Amino acid sequence: MTSSMLFNLTTLAYLASMIIFFAFLAGKHKTVGLAGTCTAFVGLVLQTVAIALRWKESYDMGVGHAPLSNLYESVVFFSWTIVLLYLFIDLKYKYRVVGAFVVPFAMLGMAWAQLGLNTGIEPLVPALQSNWLLYHVVTCFLGYAAFAVACGISIMYILRARHEEGSTVVAAGGLMSMFPPTRVLDDLNYRAIMIGFPLLTLGIITGAAWANYAWGTYWSWDPKETWSLIVWFVYAAFLHARFTRGWVGKRAAWLSIIGFGATIFCYLGVNLFLSGLHSYGNSKM
Amino acid sequence: MATTHRSFAQSVWDFFCSLKLTIFLLISLALTSIIGTVLPQGQLAPEYVASISALKLQIYSKLGFFDMYHSWWFIALLYVFSLNLTACSIKRLPHVFKFISEPMLVLGDSLRNSFPLKHHVTFSGSLESGRDALAAFLKSEVAAPVVTEHNGEYHLFAQKNAWCRLGVYVVHLSILVIFVGAIIGSLFGYKGFVAIVEGTGASTIQTRSGMPMPLGFELRCEKFNVDFYPTGAPKEFRSILTVLENGKPVPGYKDVKVIVNKPLSYKGITFYQSSYGQSNEGSEHSLTVTARSGGNEQHITMHEGEQVPLKDGSTLKLLESTQEVRQFMPEYSGPAARIELTPRGKAPQTFIVMKNFPDLSAQRGDELIVHYEGTDAKMYTGLQVAKDPGVWVVWLGCLLMVVGLFIAFFMSHKRVWIIVSKGQVRMYGNASKNQAAFQMQFDDLTGKLNDLKI
Repeated sequence: MTSSMLFNLTTLAYLASMIIFFAFLAGKHKTVGLAGTCTAFVGLVLQTVAIALRWKESYDMGVGHAPLSNLYESVVFFSWTIVLLYLFIDLKYKYRVVGAFVVPFAMLGMAWAQLGLNTGIEPLVPALQSNWLLYHVVTCFLGYAAFAVACGISIMYILRARHEEGSTVVAAGGLMSMFPPTRVLDDLNYRAIMIGFPLLTLGIITGAAWANYAWGTYWSWDPKETWSLIVWFVYAAFLHARFTRGWVGKRAAWLSIIGFGATIFCYLGVNLFLSGLHSYGNSKM
Repeated sequence: MATTHRSFAQSVWDFFCSLKLTIFLLISLALTSIIGTVLPQGQLAPEYVASISALKLQIYSKLGFFDMYHSWWFIALLYVFSLNLTACSIKRLPHVFKFISEPMLVLGDSLRNSFPLKHHVTFSGSLESGRDALAAFLKSEVAAPVVTEHNGEYHLFAQKNAWCRLGVYVVHLSILVIFVGAIIGSLFGYKGFVAIVEGTGASTIQTRSGMPMPLGFELRCEKFNVDFYPTGAPKEFRSILTVLENGKPVPGYKDVKVIVNKPLSYKGITFYQSSYGQSNEGSEHSLTVTARSGGNEQHITMHEGEQVPLKDGSTLKLLESTQEVRQFMPEYSGPAARIELTPRGKAPQTFIVMKNFPDLSAQRGDELIVHYEGTDAKMYTGLQVAKDPGVWVVWLGCLLMVVGLFIAFFMSHKRVWIIVSKGQVRMYGNASKNQAAFQMQFDDLTGKLNDLKI
């Protein structure tokens, strides 16, 4: 069994989970919902083993390093963190249907990584040979994943709020009756961002510490750094607007979606469109 | 007049305290920061200058877009942001302190009804015995309560983590501390670069602004080495450096290995491995030329770029050389040179000769067989140099920020009131955050209250 076979199985598991969740949305059977979550969990286990195996394979090749070094590996890890955080929120708050709006992000990530990116294990360039790589990437991607979950929840919020505006009462049998009430969605959005914001902060700080250790400059306004700060500003604005100016509901949901858009640009757009210290992701396309 | 002055000062103060300003500043900083990630910063490449219109170039330069993050208006935004942060905190802190130091010991009627968490039990004992039993109950379950008598009732108040309401102000303070660290660094620190050829030393570096900066000691590069992966990608480049004071090596700073991600620090100045190259100045390259038909081997020493005539009337030119060819041609390794051989009366040919692969030239089938013997050229190491006395202040700010965020997001101020009056006990609860989690604790508390024998 090789890691790439397991990654293919992971992609299939997330695809299956997504389809089951859509069936759950259509049929509203509780068992179907449970099957969706379980399939996502199976995918997570497969992916965890695959990541560990790829780590080991890199050592067998004599270029041993944590599988977090290029675009392929980071997209795979991003998918892993999204499903991890989704399952955490599912366990804690028990709103199964959220999976229908979060697992697709993980599925898209895996599909893109498997089909469109260079999957080879490459040796680490000198700049990446540091333990800081691990701390920096893990904190950043956990933060990004929390924002992905918040974005999925915000999309649900907007759908449900739109629906409620149209028909004042949510029909008992309708699709929207499966969604948690808007009040709960609004709260979950905030909770996800509350997890993501400190993690992003830690990610920026570990990045700065690493940069200082490697180049003697903790901050150099490199496009990636600047975009991470932009994302930080957006979510800081979200928190202030919420706490002190009462921006809840639709406005908070839109701000969360915009924040995730900025996050994705910070993660991918900077590598694909702009140049800078993180552009080694570029050559792996 | 006095009143208008006062109201002007007041309105300036209100302006800086405004949370609308905070949100405006956060969004403005986010939006303007994008400019610097899209437009090139610092030294403009000639190709870029040629690609945009003169008018655009002039407007962008005037607006400081090419050194965006140091432009007056971006710095001004940061200053206003700091002022806003400070003003907001100053305005709110007294309230927060008052809230913490003077808790609401007696719960009024209107507040009682506004709390979603409440619980009633009846009891038949005396007020005093109820008070004492419930005070003991709160002490064991929440915290030692303050007991107040009010209108013939006893109000018991217990709280936990009141200070965590300060978390958000710790975060605000941390941002100011980071700014102070950055300012210290920019005033008293510098960034620079130095290239040192193997076997030589440097006691002055070039700062980013191009000024020479004496180090106060000497740094010598004893040796420089590069390792490559089989793919040709660099695996590690390392310098062996020695710090010298008055021409003598400093104990503990002799033959220090410096690689990327493993810098050398001495007297607050840090040297980071950043680049390398071959120092070609004055260095000689040795080649041998043999005729396929036989005859004496001809030894040649030459400089890069030089052209020499050979015995048979051909000419040989050394175009470029490297001490490690693997980075360009992963299937080979060792020193190599690109040469241009012009046989008499024929067109020049360019090819590569390598020290470790002497057969390469012979395989070409030409009359002349050239072999590269190597060079006495030395490598130089390129080191980034940084001195930043503010960096510890920045780390202190970062630590404060993480601690502050943790307190602000994950801790909550919990308050419980119990009112003992004739025949009934009423309990109320409130948490500053995560009401859902507190509700479970409150439900647990009500269960225990029901079981209490009073």
